[in-house]
Amino acid sequence: MPPPRYAPPTPARRGAGMPRRATAALVQRSGAMPQPKTGGSVAPRDPMRHEKGHSAGSLRKRRDRQLGLGATLRMRAERQAKLARALRKSRELRRVALRTDRIRPDMILAFTTQRNERIRLPYFLEYYRRLGVGHFLMVDNGSDDGSADYLAAQGDVSLWSTTASYRAASYGVDWLNHLQWRYGARHWTLVVDVDEFLVYPFCDTRPLAALTGWLEASGRRSFGAMLLDMYPKGPLSELAYAEGQNPFEIARWFDAGNLCITRNARYRNLWIQGGARARVFFPDRPRAAPALNKTPLVRWSRSYAYTSSTHMLLPRGLNRVYDSTGGELASGVLLHAKFLDTQASSLASRARAEAARGEHYGHGREYAAYEAGLEAAPDMWCDWSTEYINWRQLEILGLMSKGDWA
Amino acid sequence: MIGAGENSAGTLGIVMLCHTALDRAQQVARFWAAGGCPVVIHLDRSVPGDAAKELRAALADLGAVRVIQRHRCPWGRWGIVAATLDATADLLAANPGVRHVALTSGACLPLRPVAEMMAWLAERADTDFIESVSVHDVSWTVGGLSVERFTRWFPFDWRRQRWLFDAAVEVQRALGLRREVPRPLDPHLGSQWWCLTRVTLEAILNDPKRRRYERYFRHVWIPDEAYFQTLARRHARRIESRSLTLAKFDRNGRPHLFYDDHLQLLRRSDCFIARKIWPQAERLYDFFLTDKVAQGRPVNPQPERIARHFARAERQRLEGRAGLYMQSRFPAETVTRDKTAGPYAMLCGFSALYPGIAKWLSDAAGTRVHGHLYARERVEFAGGARVWNGALSDSAALRDYNPRMFLTNLIWNTRGERQVFQYAPQDATDPGLETFIATDANAHVAIISGGWVLGFVGRDPADPEVRRELAALQKSELALLERLRGPEARAQVRIWTLAEYLEAPDDNLALMLAHIAPGAEASKPPERVALDWVGPFVASTRNAGLPLVTLGDYPTGAAPASGGWRAPE
Repeated sequence: MPPPRYAPPTPARRGAGMPRRATAALVQRSGAMPQPKTGGSVAPRDPMRHEKGHSAGSLRKRRDRQLGLGATLRMRAERQAKLARALRKSRELRRVALRTDRIRPDMILAFTTQRNERIRLPYFLEYYRRLGVGHFLMVDNGSDDGSADYLAAQGDVSLWSTTASYRAASYGVDWLNHLQWRYGARHWTLVVDVDEFLVYPFCDTRPLAALTGWLEASGRRSFGAMLLDMYPKGPLSELAYAEGQNPFEIARWFDAGNLCITRNARYRNLWIQGGARARVFFPDRPRAAPALNKTPLVRWSRSYAYTSSTHMLLPRGLNRVYDSTGGELASGVLLHAKFLDTQASSLASRARAEAARGEHYGHGREYAAYEAGLEAAPDMWCDWSTEYINWRQLEILGLMSKGDWA
Repeated sequence: MIGAGENSAGTLGIVMLCHTALDRAQQVARFWAAGGCPVVIHLDRSVPGDAAKELRAALADLGAVRVIQRHRCPWGRWGIVAATLDATADLLAANPGVRHVALTSGACLPLRPVAEMMAWLAERADTDFIESVSVHDVSWTVGGLSVERFTRWFPFDWRRQRWLFDAAVEVQRALGLRREVPRPLDPHLGSQWWCLTRVTLEAILNDPKRRRYERYFRHVWIPDEAYFQTLARRHARRIESRSLTLAKFDRNGRPHLFYDDHLQLLRRSDCFIARKIWPQAERLYDFFLTDKVAQGRPVNPQPERIARHFARAERQRLEGRAGLYMQSRFPAETVTRDKTAGPYAMLCGFSALYPGIAKWLSDAAGTRVHGHLYARERVEFAGGARVWNGALSDSAALRDYNPRMFLTNLIWNTRGERQVFQYAPQDATDPGLETFIATDANAHVAIISGGWVLGFVGRDPADPEVRRELAALQKSELALLERLRGPEARAQVRIWTLAEYLEAPDDNLALMLAHIAPGAEASKPPERVALDWVGPFVASTRNAGLPLVTLGDYPTGAAPASGGWRAPE
């Protein structure tokens, strides 16, 4: 039989020779996008995401607009596939310390994946306890620095551990989706990495419960908080971070006004790139720079699922954390303390290790860029870097907004 | 407590309507009682028995506080008024010394000492404080219902059965169903929270037609904002149409909450009571439920500051900050208002004619003058800087990734300082960017069309490669001109052809300056480049089949038609 004249390399075809793992099949059937790493990930090279380009993606996008129902059904299928996948992936999790019986009905819950972040943990937990997070549900991904033991000893932490692949679990999203599905429903849930610190309007005087109460009264189910990359002045290795220290004593500079924003018509979220990471590490290929938009705080329901780190959620309505008629919705910022020398593994050596491990999005492409960048230009600081003061400063600079929460 | 007149002690009674945060309500009731006010708390009947018992037990030591629990009080329904009527009747019957009664909620917080409030009210013994506005004159109500609150039936709950609620109203409108307002009432609306005199309240409670009115108001929508407001108009001797309770509502009709950080704002308002207080606002409760807040002088409430505070927030929510594109404000392209944060200027063709234009302009106009921001190799920030305000990079790739946001970022980051930049078809032009600028009312554009041709000095017009380049650039410029003249253009545009401009270059330069920086002082014009090669160059391309139309009718002979221009000496 002659070969077919046109045979698109469908995923099913490509996967035919491989062991038939349900994982692969499901992802592909749902058309899920490549999953960036949780916390500062690389923008997927997905044509759908960009306005131009005559790819299958943009054609599908056009069709979506015409057939609202079709899009809705497709989204629903994608969401359900995501949830099914999370359920299956949950088998990789092993309970280490289960204290979920301590969760009270109106508690705010934090969900986190971590690997070898022992030195960061004390301040992370303290920061969110002070804001009023009631319980931490954490997944330890094969740490060997004692962080699992440390977490297991905390009275307000429930810990799961796994040595399975972070990448195969959609960069941790599947694990957390499952934990949220199981324990997060009807709670306000906060999904953050250990190097992400939520700043919201009035966070110095009002606990998180004030914010969630107000959001709920205003009929909002989700709250956007963009990543803001913080960095020190001078080479990263010059100032070492000490356990328990506020990381922003060291990494207290940021880029105030160089973001790129486009609207993602498919998921209705904003796609934000730019900032210090794009300026320093991706000046020649901004498209590959990490996405900064995040929706970390959501009043969870069992039918919700994060699709791509905390950048996007389904159902799509949860991604509408912005106003498109000229007004401002309330929003916050996740201060990102990634660029910090945490001794145990300086960022450069960490970047080397992670680039080699290839467990992060795009096979650690982002870390490869850091490795190259950090060796070439270890100083991210520039003449127009802004020194962090407080949330009011971020509000005035237009990085976040009070909206009508006064 | 400061020396309020003893004669005013016990003259103020408090009715509290409570359904949640009972520990806070208890705290506030104690405060009122300690100040000598009799208090009647009405608990919503849906409060579970345990909680009610707990509250009663906690207040058992206070003789002046009575807790009753009679009616269910869903939002917007009659129960709230019934509860208020019962509690008020109880209060008046048990306390003959009471001359004013204030209606409060469990989330209200007294901001000034009780004695001050009593003394203040004692001086206004005949005055009823109730916001009461004729429905025929206002439209501040939620949901667009104002007069119709009084003339329709409302069998459904607005919060839980919104769809049915709306449908019922629509049906009644369609069928022309109307209720009669019982005579002689004149419907008035206003804040639920009032402070009325005993005389007025007794007149309302003992009104011979009270049953009739109650039957009617039972089916008025949100009767707690109408019943007393309407009847006070009938019975009061002197109404001050404002509430002594400071309460601010957002555009959805939800009350704004007060938190710890509002302490100073509340303190300086000199209002007597504020609502609604966030139950966990420890500092507010600690501060205001002590006598620290005594003013010591009879100041009048001034809620305007707080009103402004919340009005500002509403404006930020609805209008946002002009020219800001961020994670929670991303106006669609169809929003034509405030596309950028402030006025800026784009110059085309000037830098080719005047190499020193940037320095000259920044001296003359006192503005920031950049080179070609969209130059292909890199961003030409003023002074050759590598980064600009807001850490804006000079990388061409970053800029070209989103040329429009590069511009809006620049204008936002330099708020308060006018930016001027050069633009030419040779740059990394972008149709989207050009459309954006053309439709932006903040843009001041001055163009010498064809000016970019001066960049071809020394090039051979006979070379077909050069002609191809020229043709492409001219096409690009024509497209820009078309966008600037398009029906949706809002930019302020001034266009000369090169030929026109050179007829009176110095005058035109002054016009350009006045266009982009009104009021600037023009100094001696900068040097122009030599132009003697241009005529032959234009003629040559024209004869080779490429007319350079954007230059205008450029004189191709040896000498210009009018003596206005010549090569600089």
